[in-house]
Amino acid sequence: MSTAFSPDAAATRTATAAGRPGAPAEAPPDAPPEAPPGVSLSARGLSLGYDGRTVVRDLDLEVPNARITSIIGPNGCGKSTLLKGLGRILPPIAGEVLLDGRAMTKWPSREIARRLSMLPQTPQAPSGLTVADLVSRGRHPRQKWYQQFSATDESAVGSALEATDLADLAACLLEDLSGGQRQRAWISMTIAQETGILLLDEPTTYLDLAHQLEVLELVQRLNRADGRTVVMVLHDISLAARYSDHIVAMKDGGIVAQGTPADVVTAELLEEVFGLRANVIADPLTGRPHVLPIGVA
Amino acid sequence: MPPLMLSSSNYAGIRALRTRRSSWRWNPRVLILGIILAVLVFAAMGVHVAYGGLPLAYGDVLRSLLGDASQPRTYLAVTEFRAPRMVAALVVGLCLAAAGAITQSVARNPLASPDILGITSGASFGAVSVLVIAGGGYAGLSGLAATVGLPAAAFTMGLVTGAAAYVLAYRNGLDSYRLVLVGLGLNGLATSLTTWLLTLGDVTNAGQALTWMMGSLNGRDWPLVVPMTMFAVPLLVLACFAGRWLELLSFGEDTATGLGIRTGRIRVLCLSLAVLLASIGTVLAGPLTFVALASPQIARILCRTAVPPVAASALTGALFVLLADTVAAHALPVSLPVGVATAVLGAPYLIYLVLNYQRRLT
Repeated sequence: MSTAFSPDAAATRTATAAGRPGAPAEAPPDAPPEAPPGVSLSARGLSLGYDGRTVVRDLDLEVPNARITSIIGPNGCGKSTLLKGLGRILPPIAGEVLLDGRAMTKWPSREIARRLSMLPQTPQAPSGLTVADLVSRGRHPRQKWYQQFSATDESAVGSALEATDLADLAACLLEDLSGGQRQRAWISMTIAQETGILLLDEPTTYLDLAHQLEVLELVQRLNRADGRTVVMVLHDISLAARYSDHIVAMKDGGIVAQGTPADVVTAELLEEVFGLRANVIADPLTGRPHVLPIGVA
Repeated sequence: MPPLMLSSSNYAGIRALRTRRSSWRWNPRVLILGIILAVLVFAAMGVHVAYGGLPLAYGDVLRSLLGDASQPRTYLAVTEFRAPRMVAALVVGLCLAAAGAITQSVARNPLASPDILGITSGASFGAVSVLVIAGGGYAGLSGLAATVGLPAAAFTMGLVTGAAAYVLAYRNGLDSYRLVLVGLGLNGLATSLTTWLLTLGDVTNAGQALTWMMGSLNGRDWPLVVPMTMFAVPLLVLACFAGRWLELLSFGEDTATGLGIRTGRIRVLCLSLAVLLASIGTVLAGPLTFVALASPQIARILCRTAVPPVAASALTGALFVLLADTVAAHALPVSLPVGVATAVLGAPYLIYLVLNYQRRLT
């Protein structure tokens, strides 16, 4: 794949095949799982907003099952708002979000929480909480007042901590962790929720590049291992292209383009959506599109 | 496995007792502290009754409380004068601190206690209007106005103030800073309206109302204490059960919703419970300051939990009020209202809390 590397802007299209899940010849060894699980998520004619101000307008979206989808777009385009709408944190002004074909507003909240977990952009926890305690809260949708921490809960918390490499830090206080570890602890909580769909709002914010990669590698492992559907909002377009199967580009509350990273992340689109002049080359390692900014258009 | 076979587990500090169909989380530190606090509260109840015009022997006090009328003078002093005041102090402490634990958890802010949010001032505005309109002090009130009118007015105004704080502070979620600021405003409004009311009544009424407003347990008798206690008990039980919700609400709106909590409904339920509890405390003792603010945080620090545990907070509050009333009434040559003692003890704590507020938020 590294032979596809070419330093000039003409490399835009060379990565097309590599990024597509259905391209066996060039697919990386960690290709997305073929059998998607049952839970589907989609939006129909969805409008969202705050205080009478509409941020997302009449949007249709079919989230691909068992794939990693990233929503990209400039600040204020409504990508976080869309994610909140998909995660029923924000009720729709118009249209609907469908979970398994049924309107989100018709589902009991607890039933949604067994199928879909969501990590807000800057999640907050009270101080004095241990990592294990935080992760155990993810079991809430499956607990009752007389079932507070069953053996099943314990093993789910254990494997969530294993998956995020936090088992050794289980008894540590959350505030004593580094930023990357803390973010993994939060993701661990959503894993303990054992949902088919995982929504992440800018999971890499405030992290240095190494920790950003660490979190995204984890997200990818979760998708590849269990076929979890992941939808995340990411700021870094190159990282989005590298770790996603599907990219949704948003501008002014609507979807401008969606498809494989190679189809969406192009110089033309970056100019249209971000007002950014950039060269898009193929990443010599992955073959995925990589953005080299030139300047503001 | 037989259905009642118990097993216990400890996973990275999460302790659970399990039967075949149920599992219960428990925290040894909270349990032990709860037991210690309960024992201390019992001791403080005894001390509270034993101190009075003339000190009584603890044995006589205990015998009288258990119904031994062989020493009529002691029996009368204990059961008719000192016991109702002691029970009032106990219930006031339990209710105010439980209310504080709830509001602080819901607002995710250690400053957001019913006395800061204006709920107790609102309730006391309601109570003072009855005092001034129907004739001052409990002594001057006719039976019905004292046992029904005053509590009803306090509950109504407490709920109105609580609802106003919630509605005014709510915009796309409950922001704790906004809630505290709106609450401080309402607090000021209710306090000044109450002061204005005092100028309307005659001097005797105003004087009695003023003592009441400082927070006093003086002259609380059974006709007021018994119904309030009976009202408080089920609310306190509910408050303890609300603990699980409070823990989840402390993660903030989005995370709690993501975990399947109907945050709006549960927050309103919890806050209503807190308003009722705070109003009971206010009806019994006036707008007692700092009990609701300090007790939950003291309990939280002692128990080392993330949110104030309701039961331990309530016991801390009861201990606080019982001791404060004993000290205020008997330690000095002049008998002071309990509110003076809680304020003197609580004010430095409030300053400390404000100075440390930033560090407490993660």
